[in-house]
Amino acid sequence: MIVRDTLASHDFRRKITHHVAMVTLFLMACAAILPLGFVFFYVVEQGAPAINWDFFTKLPAPVGETGGGFANALAGSALLIFMASLIGIPWGVSAGVYLSEYGRGRVAKILRFSIDILASVPSIIVGIFTYAMLVMPLKRFSAIAGAVSLAVIMIPVIARTTEELLKLVPSHIREAGLGLGLPRWKVTLRIVLRGSMNGIMTGVMLAIARVAGETAPLLFTALSNRFWSLKIDQPIASLPVQIYNYAISPYEDWHRQAWAAAFVLVVLVLSLNLTTRLILRRVDGKTR
Amino acid sequence: MERHFDAELKQLKDLILEMGGCVEKAVEESTQALIERKPERFNRVHELESEINTMHLAVDEACVQLLARQSPLAADLRLVIAVIKINTDLERMGDQAVNIAHNGTHYLKEPALKPLIDIPRMALEVRSMVRDSLDAFVKQDAELAASVLDRDDSVDALKDQIFRELITYMMADPKTVPRAINLILIARNLERLGDHATNIAEDVIFAKTGADVRHGGRLAAKAKV
Amino acid sequence: MSGIVANPYILEVEKLNAWFGQNHAVKAIDLNVVPHTVTALIGPSGCGKSTFLRCLNRLHEEVPGARVSGQVMLQGDNIYDPGKDPVAVRRQIGMVFQKANPFPALSVYGNVAVGLTLAGIRKRSILDEVVERSLRHAALWDEVKDKLKAPGTSLSGGQQQRLCIARALAVSPPVLLMDEPTSALDPISTAKIEELVLELKKEVTVIMVTHNMQQAARVSDWTAFFLLGESVEFAETRKLFTTPQDSRTEQYITGRFG
Repeated sequence: MIVRDTLASHDFRRKITHHVAMVTLFLMACAAILPLGFVFFYVVEQGAPAINWDFFTKLPAPVGETGGGFANALAGSALLIFMASLIGIPWGVSAGVYLSEYGRGRVAKILRFSIDILASVPSIIVGIFTYAMLVMPLKRFSAIAGAVSLAVIMIPVIARTTEELLKLVPSHIREAGLGLGLPRWKVTLRIVLRGSMNGIMTGVMLAIARVAGETAPLLFTALSNRFWSLKIDQPIASLPVQIYNYAISPYEDWHRQAWAAAFVLVVLVLSLNLTTRLILRRVDGKTR
Repeated sequence: MERHFDAELKQLKDLILEMGGCVEKAVEESTQALIERKPERFNRVHELESEINTMHLAVDEACVQLLARQSPLAADLRLVIAVIKINTDLERMGDQAVNIAHNGTHYLKEPALKPLIDIPRMALEVRSMVRDSLDAFVKQDAELAASVLDRDDSVDALKDQIFRELITYMMADPKTVPRAINLILIARNLERLGDHATNIAEDVIFAKTGADVRHGGRLAAKAKV
Repeated sequence: MSGIVANPYILEVEKLNAWFGQNHAVKAIDLNVVPHTVTALIGPSGCGKSTFLRCLNRLHEEVPGARVSGQVMLQGDNIYDPGKDPVAVRRQIGMVFQKANPFPALSVYGNVAVGLTLAGIRKRSILDEVVERSLRHAALWDEVKDKLKAPGTSLSGGQQQRLCIARALAVSPPVLLMDEPTSALDPISTAKIEELVLELKKEVTVIMVTHNMQQAARVSDWTAFFLLGESVEFAETRKLFTTPQDSRTEQYITGRFG
């Protein structure tokens, strides 16, 4: 009774504190979202009007002339992402599978630690590394080098996501697979991995969203190309690099096109993230 | 670990003991009334019998509840099953005491046929069997119970003796027939009381050891004990 | 010379020991299982009954740091022979777990057939027949025959567990291990599965871990009481629950364990 009364007497003060705290937190959350909102709206405001059919179909016009488009950069980015995925997805998923299913002891601990570090290496360092590994020996900038550098960025992201997702699969699912008289590798690949496919695809999409806008590594590897080129041993145009080039140029028209390209990039990244979120919610709904 | 269930089992045992006490008293009153020729003592027997019947219902109800709610196993299960059976035997014993009172009332209306010798001996033996079988139940003493089983034979022998003697009386003088028949019936009642006491002893052995010694399994009982 | 006299036991366990690192979880167990019976393993938590069960299909050794010694003869053949492949052993001894675990992303049909499809059997006619037979044996066919393509996880809890039983039965093991198969289910599903087990013993031999004493009493023919890694008493169920020989068994089954 004494306890109850004492607690009750503090009620009013507690309620005031509660409300003040709530309002403060709300304002801070808004403050955090504000920059993102500004960026998004500014890009939309500047970029949307500049979008036209030419943007998607025409190649860059000669320097100084107006008109032209980003066709080669769009195609180039697509090719780079495609090749980076070809390299990065199998590599990343395999690493994730190893760490989750077979990794015990010191070797695994070191591997996990290294992957975490790799994930936080600045992308420009990745670019310089790839430059030293692929560009210098071959004495040329190339799309393949660009793809490799992007893959190096993708791998730790995919590996981490894969490992986390596989760890979510309860151990008795594996035991059930083993109990049926199936070898461990089959259990891992055909049962455990297949069951986590949704989540792994999500991880892949997040990795793609990440590298779609990477500029620094491409500067050292794929460089850029004013013409249409899909050759893997040649420099290739890409969306972020071309935006950079156009943005620092003195031409008004190029600035306008750079905004359009930025708009496309933001839409791409946003839609990838939203799709990811929707899929994750569906996956969660099923397992619940 | 003391369980709530143990308290319920103890209550059940106490109820049986109370019932057994009433049965012992009823047998005492009915036999002593006959031996001392005091027919007013027979009234007490009727009162005791209705108490026995009330307890008979309560014990069965309690056992049903225990079985339904507690799903007893092992020794607990055997105990509850034994109690159900002992309950039946005690109730029958109450009935037999009433029968003795009934037959005894008729006998005492007329002068004594002969000095009673064997019937008091039978009554004594039967009463000690009843007491020992209930004692064995309280103490869960299988050896004591086995000893009760042995004494049933001597009770049966006494009954046969009484039959033979009274038949000679009846053949000699037909006027003695009504009284002789009453005494024969009373001997029969006492013999049935002995049988019920052995039933109780068999149930005690089952509860304690799990061995079923009925219908000739007594050698097995001796071996187990 | 084996095979001339029919082996009365389908499983003979001899001096089985199991360790988790230094923890001696199962101590020198001897146990013989009669074919086409249900054997229940009971005992308090941590007594080693689940660990023992997992030794019977060589699942225990998959845990890092785990070790087993002793032998387990399945129809006369020691499954712990150095040359024996654990994968092949596990095809002979099926297992059903406490939490129903149909494989994700597989349909009902896919789940039942998985033991065969992943072993390389693809012929549709064989799979159809095995799936139907297994689902019938698991008393699930009538409930799912119209939704074989539905995801395994879309069934109710009790149905999922029966699906797991069907999945284990599909590879036709002579012995089926069950680790507390009904402890996560409601009473009606539990009753259905208990009925199922009584039917199943016509086809397979069942060894079941349960912490529900009444279930062990209802369903099993033989019962083993485990305590602190040892098998304290192993007897026919009808004897163990009416006249247990060991006082520890008596204390456990009457609930007097502290």
